[in-house]
Amino acid sequence: MSEHTTASDLDAAQDNTVETDTQQQSRENVFPSETAKTTTMSMQAALNLALSETLEDNPKTVIFGEDVGKLGGVFRITDGLQTKFGADRVFDTPLAESGILGMSVGLAMAGFHPIPEVQFDGFAYPAINQIVCQIGRMNYRSRGTMPMPITLRVPSFGGIRAPEHHGESLEALFAHVPGLKVVSPSSPHEAYHLLKHSATRPDPVIFMEPKSRYWQKGEVDLKNAGSVEGSKVVRPGKHLTLVAWGAMVARCLQVAELAAEDGIEIEVLDLRWLKPIDAGGLAASVAKTRRAVVVHEAPRTSGLGAEVAALISEQCFGTLKAPVERITGFDVPYPSGDLEDEYIPNIDRILFGIQRVLEYRRG
Amino acid sequence: MVFNAPTQHPSLTEDELRELYRLLVTVRHLDTSAIAWQRQGLIPGYAPEFGQEAAQVGSGYAVDPTLDFVFPTYREMGVARAMGVDMVEYMSTHKATWHGGLYNPAETHLAPIQAVVAGSVLHAVGWAHGQTLSGLPLEQRGVALTYFGDGASSQGDVHEAMNFAAVMKAPVVFFSQNNGWAISVPTESQVAGGSVAARAAGYGMESVRIDGNDVEAVVRATRQAIDHARAGHGPVVIEAMTYRRGPHSTSDDPGRYRTLEDERSDGGEDPVTRLRTRLLDAGIIDEAFIAESLEAAKAEEESIRNGVVALEPRPGNEMFDFVFQEPTQALKAQAAAWREESEHV
Ligand SMILES: Cc1ncc(C[n+]2csc(CCOP(=O)(O)OP(=O)(O)O)c2C)c(N)n1
Repeated sequence: MSEHTTASDLDAAQDNTVETDTQQQSRENVFPSETAKTTTMSMQAALNLALSETLEDNPKTVIFGEDVGKLGGVFRITDGLQTKFGADRVFDTPLAESGILGMSVGLAMAGFHPIPEVQFDGFAYPAINQIVCQIGRMNYRSRGTMPMPITLRVPSFGGIRAPEHHGESLEALFAHVPGLKVVSPSSPHEAYHLLKHSATRPDPVIFMEPKSRYWQKGEVDLKNAGSVEGSKVVRPGKHLTLVAWGAMVARCLQVAELAAEDGIEIEVLDLRWLKPIDAGGLAASVAKTRRAVVVHEAPRTSGLGAEVAALISEQCFGTLKAPVERITGFDVPYPSGDLEDEYIPNIDRILFGIQRVLEYRRG
Repeated sequence: MVFNAPTQHPSLTEDELRELYRLLVTVRHLDTSAIAWQRQGLIPGYAPEFGQEAAQVGSGYAVDPTLDFVFPTYREMGVARAMGVDMVEYMSTHKATWHGGLYNPAETHLAPIQAVVAGSVLHAVGWAHGQTLSGLPLEQRGVALTYFGDGASSQGDVHEAMNFAAVMKAPVVFFSQNNGWAISVPTESQVAGGSVAARAAGYGMESVRIDGNDVEAVVRATRQAIDHARAGHGPVVIEAMTYRRGPHSTSDDPGRYRTLEDERSDGGEDPVTRLRTRLLDAGIIDEAFIAESLEAAKAEEESIRNGVVALEPRPGNEMFDFVFQEPTQALKAQAAAWREESEHV
């Protein structure tokens, strides 16, 4: 499967939505009337709108990367932005990720707010040197005189049957790096507000977009963000806390729905920020439910699930009724499309994990 | 070796030449002293520039530090001094007081000292492109001057930077000091084709290979390159041919890869003696001026040394203070725990 097939598959998916060609038009759709508070849109449209408004609000914002200009990005997240804001504000770069991220550093030094894009998660690897050695350290190295207000957008995680390197789960890698913040939205509402928030912060944020959710629609309250910091309980429950982020949040909500049929009330916590992790939010939820399962797509060993489990046991050891369970990907390279469903935590695996925790008895 | 030093930029005035001589002597004296400081245990390590004074002083002197921005490596003390950076704050990196130096890079227009070779070459391109995006009149736009060695030129980031800069016509001067060695590896085993400047042709940009031991040639070439970039004609590569005499760093043993005899014959003429002879012959300086320059250099070194001796370790809380502009709760908690559990308070 080539990148072309990926892109055209996505085009097909896009056809199912009512998003229109240009940003101008889609903004009209977005605002059916001045009074409407919420509106339904896809995550792609929400991200696009957030970028458009950020460009409008802050003349120092610049968007760049591979194919983000005329094409609007292979996922169309920057669709129409070059037409609207010009090729100085939204521009295509040569095909070199280290170049894109290294250039972001210099632009930040010159007072700009770069919002670079790497086309797919797996292509952040060639830029790791600049991300870790430079972006994560420049504020420190310069004793706070050279902030790095960079929001790196990374289409992330699997679930779209893409070829190798087009679906990866890099959150633990980024979260481990001092000087970086990491966030992943789970819905169009979160996408819109978290991106607008990230792009106005003075510190570097790795913004991990769950690409399998780009075309899913949801309600967005454009006026009321709610809290943009910490985690969020997206479904309350009392028997067990499911902790997830990005694309896994929707799956966990499905699981909670199924479990409810058996009378099990599961609380789903959307972690949102993967650095800083909302320790307080985790503790509050688990103190109530006394049981926790963490779900992530990334490989298990040294994954973020380990960090979450450690935070929970530090804070809730006395109240826990069972050890924290992790349902994760495996310690293998992210497999190609056909094996993806075996790799990404599915409903059954999550349910088994929940069962193990519910039935846990001290030995 | 034959160098094609550019001749278009006007010759330097006698005042400029005298100032350059003073700078060369100052930098030479401070550099050799810093090696001694390391041997005396005052600083843990240092990367000398012995032999590269003309390349560094000359290029740093050509910069307008109010407009332009310089991206150094770990070896650009002479550039920093020529730009007027506080040398105690500069040396703080070598005293292991703070990564990147205690000087203010935003004010001095010298980016923090960079240990990753070629790490900041791309930053120069980004900063320079920012000048283009600024929309300021051409003469008010800054030029980015980025330093890297012949060894660093092997890094992919240098090639990405050259390509980016050329595609975007970014006002960047790529200033490569070819000092013959990347620690123990000689240029011929490092740079395919033997020339960093030659690579510019592949990116469709101007380049010049100069005698990096001739300070006047360095100033003129750098000024010309900066003018070219500022005028909106795009980036330029300067390859300054020089020679690193002595060790790569204070922990290096050059005896393992070359002999003193090699060093003498390959090193060519010493850049400091060379300017001295030329200026003496032309009657621009005299013995009294030479003696006075050395005395001034010694006095300056003495005062810098005192400053370095007096440099205390930074308060431990600063370890936490500069990670973010907006620190996380977790980091604040770590800082609080550290305060409680350490004796440093
Ligand atoms: C990316 C990277 N790899 C390795 C090193 C270790 N190292 C420090 S200096 C050096 C040689 C650099 O040679 P060159 O670029 O020619 O500069 P010079 O030291 O001669 O001025 C090496 C290998 C480093 N600092 N950065």
